[in-house]
Amino acid sequence: METLFDSEIWKQIFVYSVAIPEHPDITWWAHVVRSVLRLAVGIGFVLTIVPGLIWLERRLLSWWQGRLGPNRVGWQGLAQPIADGIKLFFKEDIIPTNVDKTLYIIAPAVALAPVLYSVTVLPWNGSPDWGAVAPGLNIGILFLLAVASIEVYGIILAGWSSNNKYSLLGGLRASSQVISYELGMGLSIIAVLLMLGTLGTQSIVQGYPFDPKTGSEVYIQVGDVLRNGQGVIEAKNLTAGSAVSGYTVYKHAPTSTLLDWNFLRLFPFGLIATFVYLISMVAETNRAPFDLPEAETELVAGFHTEYSSMKFAMFFMGEYANMLIVSAIAITLFFGGWLAPLGFLSQLPEATWTVLPPFLVSTLNALIAGFWFGIKLFLLICFFILLRASLPRLRYDMLMKFGWKGMLPVALVNLALIGTSIAIQNRIDPAGTAIGAPSMAAWWSGQLIAWGIGIALALVLLAFKAAQYNARRRDASSTAIVPIRRAPVATPTAPSAATPEI
Amino acid sequence: MSDFWTDVRQIASEVKAPFVGLKTVLFKLGETKTTVSYPDYRRPMGVRARWRHVLNRYDNGMEKCIGCSLCAGACPANAILVVADENTDRARFSPGERYAVRYEINMIRCIYCGFCQESCPTGAIELKDQYELAEDNRAALIYTKEMLLVPDPNRERVD
Repeated sequence: METLFDSEIWKQIFVYSVAIPEHPDITWWAHVVRSVLRLAVGIGFVLTIVPGLIWLERRLLSWWQGRLGPNRVGWQGLAQPIADGIKLFFKEDIIPTNVDKTLYIIAPAVALAPVLYSVTVLPWNGSPDWGAVAPGLNIGILFLLAVASIEVYGIILAGWSSNNKYSLLGGLRASSQVISYELGMGLSIIAVLLMLGTLGTQSIVQGYPFDPKTGSEVYIQVGDVLRNGQGVIEAKNLTAGSAVSGYTVYKHAPTSTLLDWNFLRLFPFGLIATFVYLISMVAETNRAPFDLPEAETELVAGFHTEYSSMKFAMFFMGEYANMLIVSAIAITLFFGGWLAPLGFLSQLPEATWTVLPPFLVSTLNALIAGFWFGIKLFLLICFFILLRASLPRLRYDMLMKFGWKGMLPVALVNLALIGTSIAIQNRIDPAGTAIGAPSMAAWWSGQLIAWGIGIALALVLLAFKAAQYNARRRDASSTAIVPIRRAPVATPTAPSAATPEI
Repeated sequence: MSDFWTDVRQIASEVKAPFVGLKTVLFKLGETKTTVSYPDYRRPMGVRARWRHVLNRYDNGMEKCIGCSLCAGACPANAILVVADENTDRARFSPGERYAVRYEINMIRCIYCGFCQESCPTGAIELKDQYELAEDNRAALIYTKEMLLVPDPNRERVD
């Protein structure tokens, strides 16, 4: 008797995998259903977690300020964001006179939508079927960069359409801040691209795979055992020998550790890229200490001054969702995505894979990967909140100086040095570099030369600054008498007119 | 050149400063919070806190209030109403000739200054430390004598 689980529909949607060559091709409608399910998971996750983030921020910020946060509304105050949402929902939705109606109404949507688009390429899993909303998209990072740039329009439209000069100024400041730090962010993302050679988000976490000839994503075939920069990757069919029984196949790296994550990749350069990205992501989301456009004239709220009720709620939600998304990007790019600090914790031990039913193994592996991703997200969000609790706000000119004269040159030089190192590695060991595991000789040669150039540049900069500084000091402390051109003063005749005047 | 390196050290310490700040704030998680969880814990007031009035009694149960109206006279807000009557042998409420038949304080008009307490010759009216007096209609905030009197110490207790 055929149960639901044996039906072709079920198998098309849940059993067959794109990565196992023995499985039949998946029909187009099954792809549609899968996409809708993945989208539900992704967007649902983000929209559900945002109220949780609001709660987390209020409570954690309060604890760091030495007070309790809201803890009355539900258990430990968890229903507080719901209460806030209900309040915002019932507030009067005011549209001021003489605003540009169309732009005014679509601005919050333009601010919020790109954030939700970014969810599509962020992976919570290594599975080529269920790992992200668009798993295996090999231009993931490009998509992210493109979408991140659209968010700025929401801010500009809000500031412009509000018919309020302070909103306009706030909007302009916010947007100029965002685009300034997008440069640093983009350059550090490109550093990761350079180190790994792929734009696909799942590949970036796993350090593999891409086809060096075509540059496109490669699904490892079942049974492949490869060594990459992170450790051994194996593709497994969960119940070996049966062509149509595995639910999905995961590619994990059981022998990888925290030291294999991208933030430590080419030693100081990956770390520099990580720092540049972390600082830029705080500036991108207009969070403290870069939140001058939001809090400056503290009576008015910058570009969202004239917004009330649901439109304001959308801006508010957009900020928290943006925080979540940029943290997820940071984790994907630099902190090993869904992998545990000790690789063998990332999935169920292999011995159990033959014992338990396959769907259970898949589900548990997915939950474990999701758990690690969630823990890292949580820690990064706590880092955001810690920054808000402890650092004073940067003044607008300091902020712009930091972005253009601090982040951008550092990221650019970092990128150049990474390029140098990898070019040298490639020259010495092309095959190894292509799969991300250069030989020791190649790695060390590339790194030493890059370090040497970096230190030389740093010394040159230091010497230049020293010379500049000394010149200025000499000018300031010089005692040379410099004649000043002054209009002749009528001096009264004095009895001591005979004494020469200095 | 030495001044340059002093300033480099200065800049290094300035760069280190935000991290020191982050660490300081991070460790504040372990400290106890200063917030008082209000309805679960009410902070004790000072001994002379002036809030809700009470009309005291003697230990034998008699009311201390003799209906002299000095409190009404002293009240800067005219919040007290006192109607006095004579004690008879049959109905004796207070030691002495008079007692207060009607004693009402309008808690909205009252400014909690304590003049009534200062002017009372017998120590009948006192301002205690109960401050949770909020109501949502004016009528409920006119406190009558029954509301103000402390319970009779010699009443029948069901313990």
